[in-house]
Amino acid sequence: MATTADGKGGHGHASRRDILMVAATGAAAVGAAYAAWPLINSMNPSADVLALASTEVDLAPIQEGQSITVQWRGKPVFVRHRTKDEIAKAAADDKAGLPDVQADAARVKKAEWLILVGVCTHLGCIPLGQKATEGRGDFGGWFCPCHGSHYDTSGRIRKGPAPRNLEVPQYTFLDDKRIRIG
Amino acid sequence: MSGAPRRQYTNPVIRWIEYRLPIFSTVEATIGADMPTPKNLNYWWSFGGLLTLALVIQIVTGIVLAMHYIAHGSMAFDSVEHIMRNVNSGWLIRYVHANGASLFFLAVYVHIARGMYYGSYKYPREILWMLGVVIFLIMMATAFMGYVLPWGQMSFWAATVITNLFSAIPVIGEEITTWLWGGFSVDSPTLTRFYSLHYLLPFAIFGVTILHIWALHVHGPNNPTGIDVKGPQDTIPYKPYYTSKYLSVFSAFMMVLAVLVFFEPNYLGHPDNYKPADPLQTPAHIVPEWYFLPFYAILRAIPDKLLGVIAMFGSILVWFILPWLDTSRVRSGRYRPLFKQFFWLLVIDFLVLMWCGAQPAEGPALIVARIATAYYFLHFIVILPLVGWFERPKPLPESISTSVLGSGAAAPKAAE
Amino acid sequence: MSKLLRLLGGATLAAMIAWPVVAAEAIKPAAREWSFNGIFGTFDRAKAQRGYAVYKQVCASCHGVKYLAFRNLTAIGFTEAEAKALAAEAQITDGPNEEGEMFQRPGRPSDRLPMPYANDAAARAANGGALPPDLSLITKAREHGPDYVYALLTSYSDAPRGMTLPAGMTYNKAFAGNQIAMPAPLTEGQVEYIDGTKATVAQMAEDVVVFLHWAAEPNLEARHRLGFQAVLFLLALTVLFWFVKQRVWGDQH
Repeated sequence: MATTADGKGGHGHASRRDILMVAATGAAAVGAAYAAWPLINSMNPSADVLALASTEVDLAPIQEGQSITVQWRGKPVFVRHRTKDEIAKAAADDKAGLPDVQADAARVKKAEWLILVGVCTHLGCIPLGQKATEGRGDFGGWFCPCHGSHYDTSGRIRKGPAPRNLEVPQYTFLDDKRIRIG
Repeated sequence: MSGAPRRQYTNPVIRWIEYRLPIFSTVEATIGADMPTPKNLNYWWSFGGLLTLALVIQIVTGIVLAMHYIAHGSMAFDSVEHIMRNVNSGWLIRYVHANGASLFFLAVYVHIARGMYYGSYKYPREILWMLGVVIFLIMMATAFMGYVLPWGQMSFWAATVITNLFSAIPVIGEEITTWLWGGFSVDSPTLTRFYSLHYLLPFAIFGVTILHIWALHVHGPNNPTGIDVKGPQDTIPYKPYYTSKYLSVFSAFMMVLAVLVFFEPNYLGHPDNYKPADPLQTPAHIVPEWYFLPFYAILRAIPDKLLGVIAMFGSILVWFILPWLDTSRVRSGRYRPLFKQFFWLLVIDFLVLMWCGAQPAEGPALIVARIATAYYFLHFIVILPLVGWFERPKPLPESISTSVLGSGAAAPKAAE
Repeated sequence: MSKLLRLLGGATLAAMIAWPVVAAEAIKPAAREWSFNGIFGTFDRAKAQRGYAVYKQVCASCHGVKYLAFRNLTAIGFTEAEAKALAAEAQITDGPNEEGEMFQRPGRPSDRLPMPYANDAAARAANGGALPPDLSLITKAREHGPDYVYALLTSYSDAPRGMTLPAGMTYNKAFAGNQIAMPAPLTEGQVEYIDGTKATVAQMAEDVVVFLHWAAEPNLEARHRLGFQAVLFLLALTVLFWFVKQRVWGDQH
């Protein structure tokens, strides 16, 4: 602008140069982005971790009314052999104005076996209620001591800050008394 | 540069910060890339920037590897194989890190040789040079400790041999090695502390590099003629001239790295390091990584344990006094006919030492190593001071710009 | 003079690159053509699968491949179902169970291949003091690995006249010192190949080397594929930057 001595030729030269520069730096940026991906992706679960993502559980030794905890993907999974009472209570509460509406029948494959990821949906603590000696909250299921969430006998959130019901993991019955989680 | 007026920034956010903390102008003045630069720098001057790139590659890949590696004697080797087999792209990251270290050294040797040839260590750049030697020493320590981490046979025995160097220290040698090991031999505690230091030292390199670049900014870079910049007619802005000139070098460097990583990732390594460390059995023929071979040759050339260690460290420490050993007032080897020849003899001597370091220390190879070692020290301590006195340098050009024009406007003089 | 010196320097450098280390008394095995050599090299699936059969029926009684899991076998062309079936054939030690006991169960794809011995001491005890090395990295842990392992497996013969071997040693001209604690592992027709290939010693040696090299460097194919793209890209980028430099410096000359 200030100088006209530069002339059109100079500007043309400069713009050709700029296009080349933009193309080259653009290509370099794309290359850098490609190079960054393996570094970022290396922090995702590795092949051996992914391969271990299933656990088999033998249900035979679990008495009615009893719960066990197994580990799956580093997290506790609650397996509860529910009593007739608990099943009836869970079914009856289907229409009790749940925060996260879900029928009990949709949360189990066999009514007496309730399988849950034992991680509170609030901030990831592990709710109490697996042992007979632990408090089970106001609804007879589980109670999370961190921030006071109460879950019922279907693992549904009934009271407290947790937004969702306890998650039901993917599982299949291998036979009557064995399941595979994952 | 140091006395340059503070720049006015147009971006309001930068202005706001700059008014409170003048970080932008400080960074720009000390290590920024917009300094006026001699207009005649050739491609050998690209290696400084290249080394910064190499350092960044090593640090970034190293941080990721550290997320998967386990620094324990019973798990280190397995964890490296875990990286190679299970971690997503783990093999790629490890091969880049391992081969990147080799190219880092290749580049640093070129960079040092360039400094020696063009007299870049001379007044007023002595501290710049000495900081470079410090960086090189930390690099060696870092590379050595990094080589120990895979905990293969070569790792283990390299750690044993190098830590045993310290036992050459009179009186307290034994105590020092025991302290270094954290036990009665190289073992898991040694590995774990090497890992800690291997993670720490690159950041020390990074810090000294900033000082190195700061020192570079005070008087600007040397140039192939070795004569001082006399005015603006001798300089051009670093951006875009040298950025554009050197980016193709950086890209070519990455390409060489890619060829190694993808097609010959173990060429520079040693098969024995794919055997797990075995404290009960030394490999038949142990050699350090190629970049340590010349110094290893010097160590073995001297029959006395303590003197060997002193000679090995002395061969690098002598660089610290290089600015005073070279008595010539002319910087660039381009105008020093006699020095030039001795320079190339030194390069050959270094390569011969490298070859000797790879041979078993016996027979003719040992004799060659002794001669080459003697010549190495002779070069620095005797030849350099004498050549400076007796040599008659060629006439220097009047200025950088006349040297550029004088060599023919069509074809600027490239690498000397 | 300085030109001569530079020439000399170049020659020294070239000599060093071509001749990096002169290993003491090493016998250089004959170089063979392998499908995994070269920049486009891949593993021959059929050979690798037969090589697995050789490993399992012959080598596995003394040598482990501790870094391989059954799930990895899909990479050499086994289907997931086949890998699962191969895993289920193996007995894996797991535990402890509720009684605190270790127990045996059929393998799963996520399991590693079973080891022949509980530990190194047991391995030595069963092999007259010699330790059969783990084979997962064997082709990378030896100079000219694949060629060497092939040569070793095919170089058993009677000791030359006049040479007496210590008890438990076998003559092998590819092995350093020519005495090896491993008896000749392969004999004609020893392995029954499902695909009907004739199991000669040379055939079995070749197949098992392909399998072992895959076991040592399972990412070789991905490496070659990605490498070709990366080098091509960087070549183009280098040329592009060189043109940029020519333009930028154009107004200076």
